[in-house]
Amino acid sequence: MKRNRIPQFFIIVGAFLLLLAVVLMLDNVPGVPVMLLIVLRKGAIYALVAVSMNILNGFTGLFSLGQAGFMLLGAYTYAILTVPVENQALVYQRYPNGGIGFSVTESLGRVLGQPGLLLGVIICLILGGIVAGVFAYLIGLPVLRLKSDYLAIATLGFAEIIRAVVQYEKLGPITNGSNLLSNFTNFSNFHLGSLKLDTVMPFVFAGVCIWVITLIINSTYGRAFKAIRDDEVAAEAMGINLANHKRMSFIISSFFAGISGAMLAMYQASVQATIFKAAMTYEILLIVVLGGIGSISGSIIAAFLFVGSSEWWLRFLDNTTVLPNFNAKLLFAIIFAAIVVSIVFLVVYRQNKAQKSRPEAVGRGRKILSLKLSGVITLVVGTLLLLGDLRFLISPDLQVPLLRSGFRMVVFSIIVMIVVLFFSRGLMGDRELPDLFRTRHKRL
Amino acid sequence: MSDNVLKVENVTMQFGGVVAVDNVNLEVNAGEIVSLIGPNGAGKTTAFNVITGVYPPTNGVVYFEGKKIVENYPRGKMKKLYKTENNGAYTHAIEPTPDKITRMGVARTFQNIRLWSSQTVFENILIAKHCRVTAGLLSATFRMNKLEERRQREECDELLRILGLEGVRNELATSLPYGQQRRVEIARALATQPKLLLLDEPAAGMNPQETQELTAFISRIRTDFRLTVFIIEHHMALVMDISDRIYVLDFGKLIASGTPAKVQNDQRVVDAYLGVSEDA
Repeated sequence: MKRNRIPQFFIIVGAFLLLLAVVLMLDNVPGVPVMLLIVLRKGAIYALVAVSMNILNGFTGLFSLGQAGFMLLGAYTYAILTVPVENQALVYQRYPNGGIGFSVTESLGRVLGQPGLLLGVIICLILGGIVAGVFAYLIGLPVLRLKSDYLAIATLGFAEIIRAVVQYEKLGPITNGSNLLSNFTNFSNFHLGSLKLDTVMPFVFAGVCIWVITLIINSTYGRAFKAIRDDEVAAEAMGINLANHKRMSFIISSFFAGISGAMLAMYQASVQATIFKAAMTYEILLIVVLGGIGSISGSIIAAFLFVGSSEWWLRFLDNTTVLPNFNAKLLFAIIFAAIVVSIVFLVVYRQNKAQKSRPEAVGRGRKILSLKLSGVITLVVGTLLLLGDLRFLISPDLQVPLLRSGFRMVVFSIIVMIVVLFFSRGLMGDRELPDLFRTRHKRL
Repeated sequence: MSDNVLKVENVTMQFGGVVAVDNVNLEVNAGEIVSLIGPNGAGKTTAFNVITGVYPPTNGVVYFEGKKIVENYPRGKMKKLYKTENNGAYTHAIEPTPDKITRMGVARTFQNIRLWSSQTVFENILIAKHCRVTAGLLSATFRMNKLEERRQREECDELLRILGLEGVRNELATSLPYGQQRRVEIARALATQPKLLLLDEPAAGMNPQETQELTAFISRIRTDFRLTVFIIEHHMALVMDISDRIYVLDFGKLIASGTPAKVQNDQRVVDAYLGVSEDA
């Protein structure tokens, strides 16, 4: 077993380098859709934050919803430390003498050029992570005694408080209050010769961080986390200090959330507290659930799929589109009805099968069935309403907009509901990508 | 200092107004197999939980290898509620968490098997080794603890081999038959390198043959690992077969102790188990 571990390591590194090469090429070849690059950049960042959330929710079994708060801390730490001195007056317009009066990246960049700038960015990213980690430590002291939903509520509350505190007027000279922080060092400041590195850099940073997270998860500490997830009482009885290990997991998770927040700031080239709302945490939670709770590769894949769908592939749904004539409308209605009927049929069929194999579960099965059915019916009705009802059947000439602004989110929600209803373990369950190529259950 | 490994002194555990363990004294000497028996609800598992630190006792002290590991006295709300003896005998509170007690060398199994369900047999045992890890988070992450890691893995494989579990090494622990899950749980407890092993109803739900195998298994690990074993059990066959001494608990109180033969013939024990006839 020891023997085939090393080639596997090289395969992964090789694949990653190949990926970087492809990304570098995409970044510099003209004609590549901008959307693709945006999806790649944001996807890499979301992959990191999803994996960091997975450490906590998937591997330690702590249900926390504070991710956006820690991202915010990382983003602000990074931005404050890297706004060049000459830009500070401009950025902190509303606060005379605002800003910290120096810039880590600028100072290092002046001495060492491009490598110095990179070094400064890395230092500030890590500092962003550390600030998030320190806050996680402090918050963890009271909050980590809580379990499941209570912990989720407490961490969610923390994230909201942090967002409010950062916007506090008196902190304005540092955080710029509720205004934008911008003009700091970001990905577009870097070039390799004439090559742009805008997309490669997030990949490298996220890749390295996820690699470190994988090492942690597979280390003896990661195994202890999993033991806590599986059975806390047994873990404690086997000598694992619950308080220590939960805190450790919380800090690690927040540290990487902080780094990803800083990367998000770099990607957007500006940062404002209002974007780090609870909605952002839910997006990340969604990625974690879709990818599979307890699967790193699942989170990564789901992050790209999520960003891809929400930024790009489903965009067309937001453009107002009108179906041309009666026949097309009718055709559409038939197709739609067919889809709905087949979904309902599938639900019923699966349920019947389940009931046949386990007759004792009939009562429970019925309940689930009715739940699923009502879910599907809600979806159908909601969608029909949004489609602009079926008036066109009566008056063929009526202009019924099929797609319109906001429709994207509806379709997105439907996809999510379908995934949650039918594939409740997510894309990968708790398996990893390499597990798919193995027949035996596990490694080691 | 005598050679007793575990000494429980005047331990009382009172939940609100209910006295679950009432002023219990018991000793387990090095190398012995001692059983704690009693009817349902007698307070056996509670006694175990006090020893392993799951909850602090209301009053009393627990010594392990002559060292005080747990101590408490009635305080706070319990000051008024306290019902039984030795109030005021102790004035300190030592309340270690279960993991600390495990690291001192007391390992336990559970009445209802608590294996880590998503892990293989090998991983279950390897994780139990975590409490002996000396590497910090950073050195463990960047694999600077290779020697320790390799040593632990070898120890786990050795343990699996000794206990005859190498055939199921890579199976999911919870997918095994019940009897084997018990063994894995004992193996996991052994992986923490205990001096004292506490078994909470190890034969629960086993058929006679499995029980017999388990009896042999426990005797064997005692000699192989130079252990002291303290068992809670209902299966009299196992208890009488294996124990050097027996303690009998009823309604939280110790009602008898001594060799199996002696306990078996004790009228109070018979009464506790079978009930006393009304007109007797």
